[in-house]
Formats: sequence, structure tokens, C-alpha cells
Amino acid sequence: MVPLSYYVILSLVVFLIGVVGVLIRRNIIVILLSIELMLNAANINFVAFSHYLQDVGGQVFVFFVLTVAAAEVVVGLAIIIALYRGKGSIDVEVLNRMRW
Amino acid sequence: MWTDALIPLLPFAAFVVIGLSDWFGRGFGERAHWIAVPAVLGSMVLSFIAFGSVLSDGAHDLTFYTWAVSGSFQASIGIHIDALTAVMLLLVTIVSSLVHIYTIGYMHGDAGYARFFAYIGLFTFSMLMLVAASNLLQLYVFWEAVGLCSYLLIAHWYERPAAAAAATKAFIVNRVGDFGFALGIFLIFSIVGSLDYDAVFRELPKHAEQVISIAGIPVNVITLISLLLFTGAVGKSAQFPLHVWLPDAMEGPTPISALIHAATMVTAGVFMMARLSPIFALSAVAMGLIAAVGAGTALFAATIALTQNDIKRIVAYSTVSQLGYMVMACGLGASAAGIFHLLTHGAFKALLFLGCGSIIHALSGEQDLRKMGGLKSHLPVTYRTFYIGALALAGIPPLAGFFSKDEILFRAFSTGGTGIVYWGIGVFTAYLTAIYSFRLIYTVFHGRPRAAPEAMKRLHESPSVMTVPLVVLALLSVTVGWAGLPVAGWNGIEGVLDPVLSTGGTSESAPGLLIILMLISVVAAVGGWMTARVLYLTRPELPARLAERAAVLYRLSFHKWYIDEVYDRLLVRPTIRMADRLWQGADVRGIDGAVNGVGAAAMAWARGLRRVQSGQLQHYALVMVVGTFVILTIYLLAR
Repeated sequence: MVPLSYYVILSLVVFLIGVVGVLIRRNIIVILLSIELMLNAANINFVAFSHYLQDVGGQVFVFFVLTVAAAEVVVGLAIIIALYRGKGSIDVEVLNRMRW
Repeated sequence: MWTDALIPLLPFAAFVVIGLSDWFGRGFGERAHWIAVPAVLGSMVLSFIAFGSVLSDGAHDLTFYTWAVSGSFQASIGIHIDALTAVMLLLVTIVSSLVHIYTIGYMHGDAGYARFFAYIGLFTFSMLMLVAASNLLQLYVFWEAVGLCSYLLIAHWYERPAAAAAATKAFIVNRVGDFGFALGIFLIFSIVGSLDYDAVFRELPKHAEQVISIAGIPVNVITLISLLLFTGAVGKSAQFPLHVWLPDAMEGPTPISALIHAATMVTAGVFMMARLSPIFALSAVAMGLIAAVGAGTALFAATIALTQNDIKRIVAYSTVSQLGYMVMACGLGASAAGIFHLLTHGAFKALLFLGCGSIIHALSGEQDLRKMGGLKSHLPVTYRTFYIGALALAGIPPLAGFFSKDEILFRAFSTGGTGIVYWGIGVFTAYLTAIYSFRLIYTVFHGRPRAAPEAMKRLHESPSVMTVPLVVLALLSVTVGWAGLPVAGWNGIEGVLDPVLSTGGTSESAPGLLIILMLISVVAAVGGWMTARVLYLTRPELPARLAERAAVLYRLSFHKWYIDEVYDRLLVRPTIRMADRLWQGADVRGIDGAVNGVGAAAMAWARGLRRVQSGQLQHYALVMVVGTFVILTIYLLAR
């Protein structure tokens, strides 16, 4: 029996990796992947607590998160393709039109 | 009678019709006089009818409407016609009619023809309402209205800077006087609680001993009221020291000089003092000052008139001088004599001004005396009528000016005391008056022509539409004086005015003295005439030598005693400098600085803050993470 704290720590580590990825990587696809990591860190928490509390609701929620994440990736990739066509780059530092 | 109402309303209707059609449409243009002239002629006929009915039935009132009611205070607009008003109505409508007719010729071809007729209609209306007022409020309202018309008409040629400046000067200088006048009316209201003439005349004597303190100095309230009212008269009737606007007002078209700045508006001050003479009579101090100002102005303006070169200015200074006589008469308690002189002066001064206009018209706009001469045979009608005007002004019997001026001088002399000094000043002024009147005649009409050759070639007598008013006014200048013959039973004017103005005993009381005084003033007038004849006709080299001999006096007179310069230094320029300071200091730096400063501060803030919007996605993400962390920390620690 693995204690709950292990899952929470794992979730924290994955989440932090996602956050750091969003903050420091310049490739926008990697940033999108990092966001997926953060979502999945949350999913780990949901599943772990679902088991711990013997409540199936948390697992149901995970499915919703996965669905939304899939949809988000579809939209995000479409935007990235459009950006690449327009600007010829997917470097997040180049995509800075929305500034003063 | 309801027709009385039409006397002021006909000119007003002409003003409205001409003014509105000029404003909204193509206007009447050169046909404007077809409306204005019949209106004012109708008004004149009705004035004669009103005069007749006053003679037979006495005074009558007609209230148009009640303007303001507040508590016990009530002010109505209407007309009150008594003997004084009736003679003023006659003067105003007759001169106005003649000037209207004259204007048809004089302003022919002027771009502002219709506008001019509209404004003189408005002026005639305002002046008629002024003289027909039965309370001080209406008097004051139309007092200001005639001032406004004067301003508008002086600035008729507003594109000329000199005309615009003269109009502004007239308005501002009058403002000084009107301010005092308004204060006087306020003071009357605060003491009596009413502005109706009757009530004021009835109540004010009860306060004769009342004293109020101004800055710790006790002042008799009636004296204060009289002096404040007199300030208004000083402004409107161009008395020293507020006379400076009148000569400059000659920048306006000549018919205006004749109507407004000689015969009617400038006499409003004298009319007001006669109308309110029961108030003035209560204060001996104020009366003394008024007489002194009048006598001083009469002499002062006459000395200036001697050396001026602009013909209209000479006549303007002579107007100031003659107004001085009238004010002096009011100050001596002889308002009836003042009003009599006002009437005769209205006739011969309008004649002189219209004559000046005819000369200027004939010489294509020339006003300088030195560029005239020898016009006698070219302008026969103008010459003869102008000669009559000059004789009347100089006071040569039996023309109008003689009787009225002599009446004033006789009153002055019979007052005794300081009155004899005023009489002396008056006689000396009459001598000067004769000199400058005939200087005009001799330099303009006699001698050799000095006008430019091309002007001489175009020289022509004015059209009959201009000469007929001259002839009518000349007839009046001869005959009007006979209304006040100083013979028992023949002095019509005093009989007419007696119900309104106290005439202060009749002049027949001392026939011997009267005849001596008359002889003295005739000698003065004829002496002046002969002096002018020597100086300007037989020995024309003399004046220049005289000017050299008495250079200081000559320069004082020529530069109008430097009054304008003194005002410029003491009042005008400091005011402009102060306004400049306020503008550059308080307004530009203070107020604009504060307003612009607020804007600039907001801009500077924004310039700094907008750096936050870097457009870098990851900066926003970092802020979001840090922010979430901070909020969570606070949340957890605060629990």
C-alpha cells in the first residue's frame, strides 16, 4: 500500500515541471506540452484522493479534464499552425505583437 | 390716448422689419428707407398730436405692461407724457426724421445701408422710451439701450480700426458714468423702496437729513444720490472728466453725429437732471459741484475747439461746450433754461453736423479744415444753412442760440455769489464759441481752395434729399428761440414746462438788468465774430504767428489739454498691463498650468506603466504564478 503523500508529492513534482516548462521554454509546442503536464498532475491528485476517500467522483472528473485537454490541444495546435504560417516562427519571444 | 403708444413703437417696428429681413434674407438693401422714413415721420406727427393734448389736457400715462413685481416693488414699462416729455418727443422725432431723410443721400451706396436704418430705428425707439419713462428702472434700461445704439452706430464702419476703437472707447467711458448712475438708483431704492418718479419725489425729501457713513466719513444721503446720478450725466452728456469719448465718436457716419452725438443721446444726461431736478434741488452741495463742472466743461471744451483741424471734431467739442452750459443751468436750479438750450442746441447743432456731412460728402470724404476753403460758390445751400447754424451757435440775435444761452447766463447772474463767476465764464465761452464757429465758416467756405485738384473737380452740391433737411433745420435754428422770448407773456417755453420744472421766477422780474446782460453777451458774440474775421479772413497769416507767440497755450489746446494722454498713462496702459499680467501669469501659468499639469502627470504615469505590457507571454505567466503563490501564501498563513 503506497501512502497518499507519495502521490501528492509526485503530483507536485509533475506540476512544477509543467510550470517551469511554461515559464522557460521558448518553443510554443513545448509550452503546450507543459500545460498538459500540469493538467495531468492535477489528474494524479484527483485519482489519488478518489481512491483515498473511496469516492468515484474524482475519477469521473478526470475524464472531463482529459476531454477538455484534448479539445484544448486541438485548438492550440490549430492556432500554432496559423501563427507559424503568419509569422514563420513558433518562438514565443518573437510572438510579441500584443505590446505597448 | 392709445396713439401715444405708436410714437415709440413705429420706429421699433421699422427696426424689427428691416433688421429681421436683413438678417434672414436678402433684406431691403437700398430700399430700407421706404420703411424707416414713413415710420419715423408717423411718429413725428403723433408727437405733435401728443404735444397738443398735453397742452390742453395735461399729462397722461399709458402702461404697456408690468414688467416685474417682487414684494412691494413694482416696475412697469409704459409711457408717461407730460410737458417735459412732450417737448423732448418733438425734438427727438423731428431731428430723427430729418436725419433719416438726410441719410438716404449721405449713405447712398453704402454696404450697410439697411443695417444703418435698422439701428437708427432702434435708437429712435430707445430714446423715445427714455424720455417717456415714468420710473427710474425704465429710464435706466433705455439709458443703456441708447448707449448700445451709439456703440453700434459709431462702429458702423467696423472694418476701420479707428471706428472700432472709438466705439469701444465710447462704450467703456460711458460704463464708468453708468455705473455711478446705477449705484444712485440702487441707493434711491434702498431708501425709498420704490423707483416711480412720483413716489421718489414724494418720499425723498423726508430723508433730507439722513446721513450714511462711507469708510467712516458721514455723507448726506441726498448729496450722495445726487452725485451718483450726476456721474451718469457726466458720462452720457460728455462732461469733464468723462468727455473724451465724444470727439472720438465722430468716427461714426455724420448723420449719427448729428442725431445721437449732438441733438439727442448726449442730451439725455441733461434731460435726466431736469427730470430728477426735485432730487438735485435737495442738495446744495451737489448743485454747486454740478454748476462748477458744467461751467468748467463749457470753457474747457471751447478752448480745445479753437485749434482743432477736423471739422467734425470742432463741432463735437462745441457740443461738449454747449452741454456744459446746460449742465451749468441744471446746477443753478434753472432746469427749464437748460432744457430750452437743449432744444435750440438740438436744432442748430444737428444743422451744423449735417452741414459738415454735406461738406465731407462734397469733398469725397475730406474732413481736414486745412484742405478746404473757397467752397462758398460750389455749395450755395450748404454755405447758407451752415452760416445760419454758426450764427445760432455763436449766439447772434435773433437766432435760437442767443435766447437760450442768454437765459442761462441771466439765471447765472441773478443767482449772485458764485453765479456771477459762472456768468463771466459763460460770457467768455460765448466769445470763444463765436471765434471757432466763424473760423469754421471762413476757413471752409472763404479764402482760396486748398483741396486736392481731383477732389475739386468732383465737387458738387449735395442732392436735395440732403439739402432739404438742412433748410428745415436752418429755419428751426432761426425760429425755435422765439419760443422763449424773455418778454412778459411771450415766454412760451417756460409756460409749457412750468407744471414739471420749477422755472425759478420769470426773467421779466428785472428788465433793466436783463437788457444790460443781453448787450454784454451780444458784444461778446459779435466780438468773437469780428476776431475770427480778422484772424481767418482779412489777415490769415496772424493765427500762425499767434500760435508761435503763445506756444504753450496753443499746444495745450491743440493736444486737448493732454487729457487723453494722461488717461492713457494713468488708466489705460496700467489696465492693459495688469490684464497682460493676469493673462500671462494667472491664466497661462496658473490655471492652464494646473489643467495641463494634471494631464501631463497622467501621461507620465501611463508612459511608465505601459512598460508592463511587454507582449512577452512568459512574463505574464510568471506574474500569474507568482501572484497565485502570494495569494495562496497569504490565504494559508491568515487562516
